Amino acid sequence: MVLPHLNAAYNLARWLTRNEHDAEDVVQEAYLRALRFVGGFHGGDGRAWLLAIVRNTCYDWLRRNRPADVPATFDEDLHSVIDHSESPEDLLLKRADSVRLREALEALPLAWREVLILREFEEMSYKEIADIAGIQIGTVMSRLARARARLQQQLTLGLRKESAG
Amino acid sequence: MNCSDVRTFVHGYLDKEIDLVRHVEIEEHLRTCTACSQVHHAQVALRSALKSDELYFKAPPRLERQVRMAARRADRKPWLPRLVPREWIGAAAAAAALVALGILVGPMLGRPSLTERTAQDVVSAHVRSLMPGHLTDVVSSEQHTVKPWFAGKLDSSPPVVDLSGEGFPLVGGRLDYAARQPVAALVYRRGAHVINLFVWPSASTRDFAETADGRLGYNVFYWTRGETNFWAISDLNATELRQFARLVQARLVSVPPTDGPAPTP
Repeated sequence: MVLPHLNAAYNLARWLTRNEHDAEDVVQEAYLRALRFVGGFHGGDGRAWLLAIVRNTCYDWLRRNRPADVPATFDEDLHSVIDHSESPEDLLLKRADSVRLREALEALPLAWREVLILREFEEMSYKEIADIAGIQIGTVMSRLARARARLQQQLTLGLRKESAG
Repeated sequence: MNCSDVRTFVHGYLDKEIDLVRHVEIEEHLRTCTACSQVHHAQVALRSALKSDELYFKAPPRLERQVRMAARRADRKPWLPRLVPREWIGAAAAAAALVALGILVGPMLGRPSLTERTAQDVVSAHVRSLMPGHLTDVVSSEQHTVKPWFAGKLDSSPPVVDLSGEGFPLVGGRLDYAARQPVAALVYRRGAHVINLFVWPSASTRDFAETADGRLGYNVFYWTRGETNFWAISDLNATELRQFARLVQARLVSVPPTDGPAPTP
């Protein structure tokens, strides 16, 4: 028997803090908050509720310890992705290994990373993600689009470098 | 829809998050536009690459222990109201506890009546009992095993009735604590639902029965009969729990509610 949603909580915290020990601290803090705010839970999906707490705890933690990760304003366009090159190399992605993918994921801006993690690993709906991250549903989709395009680009570049070198 | 739009909406398409009209539009576009179609294919590949187990970080085993310990420490701090059972974090119980507690906060602010306090104890004990390994101290479907088990552990052993014929099989019993005293908890089942029947001696000689449907997120029925208090609590629906309570009441008419050995047939 395990704590409810412990793996989901840890996975999210690990991806947002990018560090195992920090993730453990954050998860512990998040469960304590959940315990304290338990009165604010009005039914619905307990996992989404808990992950929202984990996410906010991560943000608080990052603001305290790595403020550079959490810019006060996030300008999506500063992180614009080079226009999707339609090179056949995109298809090389199939060869991308997990190590490279992990690096590419960790290199994503926090605001995109959280949306992608919740979508790909927790398979949450756009609506749930919007609630957790406090953004519009349309923003969820556009951030996913940018995040995935960026991942693809990083991986393709990596592979291209590799085959050139 | 132009290519630029499609590059965004293709994600909603992949995630099945767009409406049918857009879905059809994108499908149409992908059929005719090689460039977008390639992006789509690459995204499908990316997705399956992301499904790798190596990218999902499972919580290390020690984390669960750490969290439980931290919760227990926090629980002792005075600023944290003791609204939450100490071991609140049992997976099965957590959701139930959350629901129950949302409603508990209100009554706690005023001065709770004795009944209210007992109700809170009963809910807490019920939630706690659903945690792994907490349900029963003695496991038996046999009333003549369960009843004597309490002898020596409580001042009086509770009346135990067998309702398996009526679809409420006895699971066992345990010692618990409610209304500021050790009490007997008899555990019954109805399908997947657990019913806790808490029994302890009553100071009152007056018989009464009270229903508290939907109380604190659970259904609760309590009554006093033969100088004994009974509290039945479950997530079972009110109708069936009432039926359970009636059956217990009816059966106990023929069973002495006081201590002593079970009547020999």
